[in-house]
Amino acid sequence: MKVLVIAEHDNGQLKAETSKVVNAAVKVASSIEVLVAGHNVSEAAVSASEIDGVAKVHVVDSAAFEHQLAENTADLVVEISGGYSHIFASASTTGKNILPRVAALLDTSQISEIIDVIDSDTFKRPIYAGNAIATVKSLDALKVLTVRASAFDSQAQQSPCEVETLSFDVTNTLSEFVSIEQTESERPELNAAPVVISGGRGMQNGENFALLNGIADKLGAAIGASRAAVDAGFVPNDMQVGQTGKIVAPDLYIAVGISGAIQHLAGMKDSKVIVAINKDPDAPIFQVADYGLVGDLFDMLPELESAL
Amino acid sequence: MKVLVPIKRVIDYNVKARVKPDNTDVDLTNVKMAMNPFCEIAIEEAIRLKEAGNASEVIAVSIGDKACQEQLRTALALGADKAIHIQTDAKLESLHIAKLLAKLVEQQQPELVILGKQSIDSDNNQTGQMLAALTKRSQGTFASKVVVESGKVQVTREVDGGLQTVSLSLPAVVTTDLRLNEPRYASLPNIMKAKRKPLETIEASTLDVDLTPRVELIKVEEPSKRESGVIVESVSELVTKLKTEAKVIS
Repeated sequence: MKVLVIAEHDNGQLKAETSKVVNAAVKVASSIEVLVAGHNVSEAAVSASEIDGVAKVHVVDSAAFEHQLAENTADLVVEISGGYSHIFASASTTGKNILPRVAALLDTSQISEIIDVIDSDTFKRPIYAGNAIATVKSLDALKVLTVRASAFDSQAQQSPCEVETLSFDVTNTLSEFVSIEQTESERPELNAAPVVISGGRGMQNGENFALLNGIADKLGAAIGASRAAVDAGFVPNDMQVGQTGKIVAPDLYIAVGISGAIQHLAGMKDSKVIVAINKDPDAPIFQVADYGLVGDLFDMLPELESAL
Repeated sequence: MKVLVPIKRVIDYNVKARVKPDNTDVDLTNVKMAMNPFCEIAIEEAIRLKEAGNASEVIAVSIGDKACQEQLRTALALGADKAIHIQTDAKLESLHIAKLLAKLVEQQQPELVILGKQSIDSDNNQTGQMLAALTKRSQGTFASKVVVESGKVQVTREVDGGLQTVSLSLPAVVTTDLRLNEPRYASLPNIMKAKRKPLETIEASTLDVDLTPRVELIKVEEPSKRESGVIVESVSELVTKLKTEAKVIS
């Protein structure tokens, strides 16, 4: 058995999720290869070759893959898929966009967002916003899966393995990249941050999210939000933690003014330590919190910032 | 331009799913069901395209047992022109759904298919991408903005770290994210009118798609519960506990 892992990267650098996807892959098979498809990705390819357990890295470096559009990336993955028993990708927006297209082209049923590997055919995945965990067995010869990176550890480093450059001509007449609007932030990414502090509807408006900044600075934290805060227009959607936003599992998660709807809990309840600050003592968030603080967040936040 | 909107009947998003005591599945008996929230957004977007003069006809489709006709009637009440029910009692995977929809796309030739990015029951996030692959169409997933102009559709996508805009040649498949629009409510007169709109039923077995399961559901369990925590009295007590007890800050 041989696993192909689709690397998660931003062209310049390999993302930490890739190592966690490899961690899931080594539980399935001993032979792991990684595909790095993008533009000017040599550094990312070297990083991939240094993930423990990776036997070979395939690199496709071309302007055509700069934006990792699903149409041409899926064609590439299908082209090189021969000989693999499994294809893995991170359940990031990139992986979720590309991999089902690959699965359909290869006529295989995809298994999404696995959180555990039982054996090479059998996996655990959350359903119903994480209110149930399904154990599913793939009956397809080739298994295509996305991996919830936060459920797996990072692999150790190794000395670099072989890196092979492939060329692949694409003819994508279906879609074209227009623009990217990146959220500028000095803070760590939500998916990778050891500490996350999130605000909910209780923040009352977008300006008040500034109250989280000082605390985030002191803790090296990423700032997130509940869907209620996003829906109310306080903050952009890429800050959303929850069933339909980002799934995080940091060492410390601080929920501020978040009531704890099922959909939000689905995105953070695997955090190691959860702190909730809410003025409503009956808020469901307190049922999952390790430490609860009942009170007005507008008093508590400045106090917390100065106490850290 | 004809727009096809596949929709799904799912557990109401306010209801917490319970696992059956025998761990075979989630218990849906007597549970409130509704249209999947992302499908409501898809219907809304299609209707807005029609209201703006960009779409000529909106067709809602759902695959499942007879009960999903209830959600198709809702789609009609919201403004869809007609509905198609692909009847099957089988438990289907995203790949099967995408294959059945591909057959329908072949028959109906819609220039645009808009569907939800994921359903809140199986949480798969696959069907739109698979349908695009099977029909050799472009795909604009996780859309927060859709602009149709001169044979193309420009889709702004919610991606990790920001917004990506792509231009897709029509015909195309678009999947909806939460911020695309705010769905309307069906008015009572429209609910009454919807009862007279056409709803066609097609037996899934007549569409020549292999619906053999590819994934076996072994068991369904409750997630491990977190041990209940403590309420602290003050910020300083919290900080002390985080430092000395939980040891997550220094």
